[in-house]
Amino acid sequence: MPRLKIDPEKEPTILISDVPISVNKTGTWRSIRPKIDREKCTNCMICWKFCPESCVTIDSGTPVIEMDYCKGCAICEEVCPLGCIEMEDEEGR
Amino acid sequence: MSSTKEKPKKPVKTSIPMEEGLRSGHLACQGCGAMLAMRYAQKGLGRKTVFVTPACCWTILAGPAPKLSIETSLLQCPFATAAATASGVKAGLVSRGDTETQVVVWAGDGGTYDIGIQALSGAADRNEDIIYVCYDNEAYMNTGIQRSGGTPMKAWTMTTQGGSQRPKKDLDKIMEAHSIPYQATCTPGFPEDMVKKFQKVRGIKGFRFIRVLSPCPPGWKHDSGDTVALSKLAVETGAFPLYEIEDGKFKLTKKVSKRKPINEYLKKQRRFRGLKDKDIEEMQQGIDAAWVEFEKRS
Amino acid sequence: MRKVLMGNHAASVAVGLARADVVSAYPITPQTQVIELLDELQTTGKWKGTFIRVESEHSAMAACLGAATAGARTFTASSSQGLAYMHEMLHWVAGARLPVVMVDINRALGAPWILWTDQTDSLSQRDTGWMQFYCSSNQEILDSVLMAYRVAEATLLPAMVVYDGFTLSHTYEPVDVPEQKLVDKFLPPLKYEYALDPKKAQAISSLALPKPFMRMRAKMDADMHRALDVFEEAANEFEKIFGRRYRVIEPYQCDDAETLLVTSGAVASTAQAAIDELRKEGHKAGNLKMRAFRPFPAAALRKTLKPAQKVAVVDRNYSQGHHGIFCEEMKSALYSLDERPEIYGFIAGLGGGDITIELLKEIWHETHEGRADKTNPVWMEDAR
Repeated sequence: MPRLKIDPEKEPTILISDVPISVNKTGTWRSIRPKIDREKCTNCMICWKFCPESCVTIDSGTPVIEMDYCKGCAICEEVCPLGCIEMEDEEGR
Repeated sequence: MSSTKEKPKKPVKTSIPMEEGLRSGHLACQGCGAMLAMRYAQKGLGRKTVFVTPACCWTILAGPAPKLSIETSLLQCPFATAAATASGVKAGLVSRGDTETQVVVWAGDGGTYDIGIQALSGAADRNEDIIYVCYDNEAYMNTGIQRSGGTPMKAWTMTTQGGSQRPKKDLDKIMEAHSIPYQATCTPGFPEDMVKKFQKVRGIKGFRFIRVLSPCPPGWKHDSGDTVALSKLAVETGAFPLYEIEDGKFKLTKKVSKRKPINEYLKKQRRFRGLKDKDIEEMQQGIDAAWVEFEKRS
Repeated sequence: MRKVLMGNHAASVAVGLARADVVSAYPITPQTQVIELLDELQTTGKWKGTFIRVESEHSAMAACLGAATAGARTFTASSSQGLAYMHEMLHWVAGARLPVVMVDINRALGAPWILWTDQTDSLSQRDTGWMQFYCSSNQEILDSVLMAYRVAEATLLPAMVVYDGFTLSHTYEPVDVPEQKLVDKFLPPLKYEYALDPKKAQAISSLALPKPFMRMRAKMDADMHRALDVFEEAANEFEKIFGRRYRVIEPYQCDDAETLLVTSGAVASTAQAAIDELRKEGHKAGNLKMRAFRPFPAAALRKTLKPAQKVAVVDRNYSQGHHGIFCEEMKSALYSLDERPEIYGFIAGLGGGDITIELLKEIWHETHEGRADKTNPVWMEDAR
């Protein structure tokens, strides 16, 4: 029978949470993914502004959606004033 | 990021600060309004901030141990205690020589309207030097969508499956009765207004109360992509006024003179599917009457 | 300096001497004088801490949670219904490993309404992870608060100093009030190692998983055991600085006692007088005073009590349908011995009824002469 043995000197007293949650790649959640039409995009950054995942990065003045984290909520598609973003099926889901 | 050409660094102008206090990879549902609310609050409050969070969605959204989803510290506390715990944190920090760090309660409507209202009222009554933020998703969402004092009339929840029979508690009026220096409303559909208010409260001493209407896709039964649209519609139909009350003086921060019909807001939310035409008409009348008051006071 | 102080004021004076940073409390009879004197000390500048006049006891402990997390030395006081109201928070503060110190003034719990002393309120909190120290005099109240800070801060376990409502809280006794500079020597400023640092991004008490949770509770247990040694060390130093010696159990004439009483709180000092009388009458009587209830001084008891002795535990508390709580815990602590003394339980003074010298002598005789019950507690009532 496995006994719980602790070394009181070494065992943590409390758990401090300081590991950035970014180790958790939430891109696996989505079933649809956003696609930005770069021709139409005017770099207004409204998609960046409204992303609840905070996963739109601004690369040289252009919004780039980080697919490691995007959950496919479709807010960006909804808020884009020029309709540059379209949600398409995630491959294989 | 597949470009091979050297792109020139273009200066980017955004209407809200670019620095993020929110980390990707958090556990919020797709389209979470409470998450957007934190994103904007972080931009307004800055890093010299400690959050105090009772039982609510953010208990989990802060990141289960040992992970953290924000760039500032956060103390988790029992459900009824947020305002009392925060009062203690502030007193503790000040006693150790830190008078600058803002102590901010970040609580859902459950821990604010209901089980937490005693501590909230007590802290406001003492004019504790803390910021109290209620992200209001209008039900106990973290436990699976049960009715709270913040649930609107006729809304479906798991404990009001025939539609809630009581009106939403007017918490803003309750807070107005506490003689506090600042209270405000905001919602993620208007990030500039929200960031401005969170920046402003840093310079005010005493009890500051901010209620943030936070749409919730699973709880309100709306498409996840509609969170921002609903947040905007809440304001544009007059269902949720954006205002500030500073030292007792009321001021609308967004005047909505030509309001959209309330049904524009309701029809996107399947929690209101049980509403009859006369219910909607009653709601519309209620809003119109309330706005007569708002405009008079502003 | 010698002063005549009521028990409640002895507590407040100790809190001021301990330089508590943050006090948060809600009034309840018979605790009110504790916080009233603290308010006076603050108003007159004699105590420089912050007093949060919270709106309930649950919030009082919540404010202590917040302040202690920020690294402050904290204090609250309550009793009976108020202590019960903060029950959830007692568990939380202990699990969060915060060295909060409080006093509980023993008062029975309703229903029906009841004002006078009984230990069921504090003993009902025995599973929360708080240490508990029981006092028999106002001097002990003052000294125990200072000791509590010292032991709590060395073990990161919160501590409750417990004393009888009215009998001690409202009774005036001469108390030696130590000098501030000597207290500063015994109690340096608190350096809480897990204090919230706003410059770091950290969450405290976020959702844990079962295995790490259990390991943290095992660590807490190790620290609770260690607290017995920490108490000894602290008590040694206390004696060197202040000249008074405290032990987790205090045997009085137990060495050659054939039958002895086990008592706690104010009753322990009455029991001493009862033992003196019994001895004068030629009986081999003793009294074992229980000071620490948590950590439970099991090893000390197993060492002190002899298999041939008869032990009469006097409980001014009760766990319905079972035993008085000190008796139950004693039986459990001695169970593992191959040879153990006979333990008899007596319930007396619930709701504050007097426990007189005569009653204690009666209990002693019942036990010594074989009329007590080995299985179930015997309920006693003052004859007057």
